[in-house]
Amino acid sequence: MLVESIMTPDVLSVSPDATVQEALEITKKHRIRHLPVLLGGKLTGLISDRDLRDAAHAPETRVEQWMVRDVITCHPLDFVEDAAATIYRNRVGCLPVVSKGQVVGIVSERDILNNLVEMMGVNSPTTRVEVEVPDKPGMLAEIADLLRARRLNASTVMVFPSTTEGYKTLVFRVGTMDPRRFIHDIQNAGYSVVQHPSALDDGEV
Amino acid sequence: MSQGIETPTGKSAFVFSEDFTRYKFAEDHPFNPKRLVMTLELIKQLGLLEEQHLFQPAPATDEDLLRVHDSRYLDAVKRASLPTADPDHFAAWGLGTEDTPIFPGMHDASSLICGGTKLAAELVMSGQYQHALNMAGGLHHAHRAQASGFCVYNDIAVAIAHVREKYDARVVYIDTDAHHGDGVQWLFYEDPNVLTISFHETGKYLYPGTGELTERGEGRGYGYSLNVPLEAFTEDDSWMQAVRDVLVPVLNAFQPDLILHQNGCDAHRFDPLTHLAATTRIYRDMPKLTHQLAHELCEGRWVGVGGGGYDIWRVVPRAWTMLWAEILDAELPEKVPTDWLERWQVQAPFELPTTFLDPVDLFAPIPRRTEITEKNEITVRRALNGTPFLF
Repeated sequence: MLVESIMTPDVLSVSPDATVQEALEITKKHRIRHLPVLLGGKLTGLISDRDLRDAAHAPETRVEQWMVRDVITCHPLDFVEDAAATIYRNRVGCLPVVSKGQVVGIVSERDILNNLVEMMGVNSPTTRVEVEVPDKPGMLAEIADLLRARRLNASTVMVFPSTTEGYKTLVFRVGTMDPRRFIHDIQNAGYSVVQHPSALDDGEV
Repeated sequence: MSQGIETPTGKSAFVFSEDFTRYKFAEDHPFNPKRLVMTLELIKQLGLLEEQHLFQPAPATDEDLLRVHDSRYLDAVKRASLPTADPDHFAAWGLGTEDTPIFPGMHDASSLICGGTKLAAELVMSGQYQHALNMAGGLHHAHRAQASGFCVYNDIAVAIAHVREKYDARVVYIDTDAHHGDGVQWLFYEDPNVLTISFHETGKYLYPGTGELTERGEGRGYGYSLNVPLEAFTEDDSWMQAVRDVLVPVLNAFQPDLILHQNGCDAHRFDPLTHLAATTRIYRDMPKLTHQLAHELCEGRWVGVGGGGYDIWRVVPRAWTMLWAEILDAELPEKVPTDWLERWQVQAPFELPTTFLDPVDLFAPIPRRTEITEKNEITVRRALNGTPFLF
């Protein structure tokens, strides 16, 4: 998924000449944390609600005096996960999205988290089945074959590194209320299905 | 709703049809109508069913069904009910899957169950009866245009839509099946006159995955959907505490005209599809509580339906016999009648329990009981804190 599909396209901004008071009012009114500072459509800085609070004792001073000048940005065609990595590594709260020298959007920590929540969430009635497989090619297809044989449909599939070395964890959300036969097939094929952490012992639930 | 409800002429109605058992997907499918036959026999054996209690339903009409279902979906179900139907043509409607296979006569069997729950609600709302039971009902997963989780038509929603339209009643729907009551919730998600409350095992490991605390209704209906997702391996005491701590304040604040209770009994430790660890004790205590609340809050207007329950041998017959006994205000003996046990033990793959309440030491305590109980208490607090009409 690309940044352009999750960014906020209509960006509120201020000019470097705006006063701290004016900028504060915009952030309060629209409940936003970051304001790009634009000069002739070009990004010259970024000011956050935190910078503005620090400057609140001098409400008539200009935004230019308080803004951050080296703004980290991203591109509309960047992948969401790259934008997430940039936000995380640089410890910033948002990235203005810049294309052809113009600010075309802004993507915040919240937007990215929201996107992740949706991706990992439940969007249709399903049961979660978690499988441990050796970390080698073909494992996903192996389990997917078992799904097909049972005429089951998966709504999401996630692949994670396992806590056991040399293994991976596959998480399926499968459109069935009764995953017993599917689970049985997986175990018969020699893979282990991760039990609920409170389970007494394997199999007995 | 209108004033002047007449004094009930009868007290408890038992809605049943031999044809309820036609709602059957396949011989080895976990949703097995044999449980109805076994339960009915047990109830009869105990002398708890007389001619005056029995009501035969008519199938729900298309008009009834269309209050909650899409007309294109109805057409699809009707086509899928023909003996020549190809299961591969109905995937978009959730039919012809391993969970909800198609079978000849599916539309008729499903609409008869809807007619049953509608009749139960009508008998109670019209004042003819105080309480009514349709143990074949409780198909809470059916959506507006999709079959799901063994449910084709949503009999509960059909009954609620009927009493909303005819009586303008405020309805509270209580779902104590181990699975989230998603179909009913979504169908009334924006309706402030239908309060849905579902207690269930969290969706982390169990179908349908929804039923989070944060699902609270939408628009004018905000606050009128309540979810209490409880931990896997929850046992009797923690389950009952959650049910009591939520229902008593919430129902008192909502002031319903009708209580409709879905009594799926798959939270039992024996149930093969879920991961909860209750005993039959909760199936005595939950109907007792909703029965009592119905008398305190809405002149006894109380409708019970069945629901899930996949240990048809050791759990369902006892659970729903206790439910009917509560509806009747009848005392049950401690022991299950020997004649019934002898009749069914021959077929049963397990040893049948001989007492209605499971012995206290039947199961070893769950090792993480303290943590599970604590987590459930937090869930209940958060559910209540987010219910705007309580404050």
